[in-house]
Amino acid sequence: MKEQHKHTKAKKYGMVIDLDKCTGCGACMAACMAENNVSFKKDESDKLLSITWMRVYKLTNGKKFPEADICYLPRPCMHCEGDHGHAPCVSVCPATATDYSHETGIVSQIYTRCFGCRYCMAACPYHARYFNWWDPVWPDGMEKYLSPNVSPRMRGVVEKCSFCFHRYQLAMDKAYIEGRRELEEDEYQTSCTQACPADAIIFGDLNNPGHAVTQIAKPDHKHGGRPMNPNAFRLLERLGTNPKVYYLSSRRWVRRAGDNYIKDERG
Amino acid sequence: MSTLDDKAEETVGQVETTKSPEKDQKKKDQKNGSWGIILIFFVIGLVGSLAVGWWIFPKLLYSQKKQPIDFNHVIHVEAVEEGCESCHFFREDGSFSGVPKLAQCVDCHEEVMGEDPEEFKFVEEYVAKGNEVPWLVYSRQPDCVFFSHVAHVKMGKVDCITCHGHIGESTHSRVYEENRLTGYSRDIWGKNIAGLKKDTWDRMKMDDCAECHAELKAKGKIVQALPWPINWMPRPYEKPASSQVRVHIKKDACFVCHK
Repeated sequence: MKEQHKHTKAKKYGMVIDLDKCTGCGACMAACMAENNVSFKKDESDKLLSITWMRVYKLTNGKKFPEADICYLPRPCMHCEGDHGHAPCVSVCPATATDYSHETGIVSQIYTRCFGCRYCMAACPYHARYFNWWDPVWPDGMEKYLSPNVSPRMRGVVEKCSFCFHRYQLAMDKAYIEGRRELEEDEYQTSCTQACPADAIIFGDLNNPGHAVTQIAKPDHKHGGRPMNPNAFRLLERLGTNPKVYYLSSRRWVRRAGDNYIKDERG
Repeated sequence: MSTLDDKAEETVGQVETTKSPEKDQKKKDQKNGSWGIILIFFVIGLVGSLAVGWWIFPKLLYSQKKQPIDFNHVIHVEAVEEGCESCHFFREDGSFSGVPKLAQCVDCHEEVMGEDPEEFKFVEEYVAKGNEVPWLVYSRQPDCVFFSHVAHVKMGKVDCITCHGHIGESTHSRVYEENRLTGYSRDIWGKNIAGLKKDTWDRMKMDDCAECHAELKAKGKIVQALPWPINWMPRPYEKPASSQVRVHIKKDACFVCHK
């Protein structure tokens, strides 16, 4: 009887992105836009106005020819856990339009609830949130390609990466019809993960020791999820946002680019 | 028009003489008379605005649409073996088929089977030409709503009637009423303009989902539930009064039901 009432174990979905593998091709960005019904502007080169839930940044080490090095860094929403679900954006939202799910560890964004104050955008240290300055427009006939599982956003609301949450819902539906309440690792994968030709992105449950993300990043849940893999780092680790996206790089300058350091600081 | 004249006279009287006692008396009479008129106009206005609000506006708000084919559920339920699930079934991936596609109807209706002119129309116009029937879906939720049939029907063991009512017992398709402003079916908001509901299937708003979920949660069932009544805005710095708390659970993200 007690077993029946017990909830399924809480998940903590997260991502590990291997920057040594990333070639900067941008397939993750394209796959994300197509999957999540993100419309596009006439001039997509204006990155101040375009909406890119997943965005590839280019890092350079700033050195001259022989030592010059670059690195591409894909940046989805970090789905910060903060301290017990107090992600920077969640704690500032006056409308409770964005919320931390303790069941999946995903930071949600409810477009119909958002009224567009953009406080969350100011709070987010990763620039992962985007404001709809216009209603979305698609070229004629392209509406037919939109995913029915993701609702398009209207003008005046904020949107961001959801770790393809609709895929989780669909995967759960499949599990339910088969009489299960738990998902296999490969049943729920984000669009960018599957699109990456270099297999640089992996996705899974950080609470599940059997999942690749946990085995690679080795998150230390007792200390805010800090990675125990020496090559792993998180963006702006020292802000204490406790993000669920881990990056891997064997290059020290790349790892250091993930946070701010005093000039002569060791780390 | 007479009232306007009366009022004009009254103001003139006020300016001319305020000292004469006779005229004072006359003024009082006039005042009593105008109160009556005001009351009449008030009642007319009140009744008028009530009629507009409760009768005319709801009539104007909803357009009346007819289904392309007048569908008889009774005949079909009698003919099939598995009840509702014969036509409204789950796919292997757990998604719900909803309103049947032409392909399922064709299994039986490749040729006209009976003598019903509606069936004749169906075969003639849709089956023969291979066009899908543009059914109007009474229970279509807004785009922002995620609803999992399998979670409710297979896991929660909820029967169809709880939300859809006794639709299986209908011999004709009823009129589909569409909200002209939102484009949603009237079944979502409910037929009763006062917002009263008798049965669980009378309305399909968020409140109605939350009501059932809160009830089950209180009984200890595994369901998602709103931690607060939806009209109460949760803020981190205040705690809900005990009367406002429906269920004591850890709050969870809204996108369990919204997308």
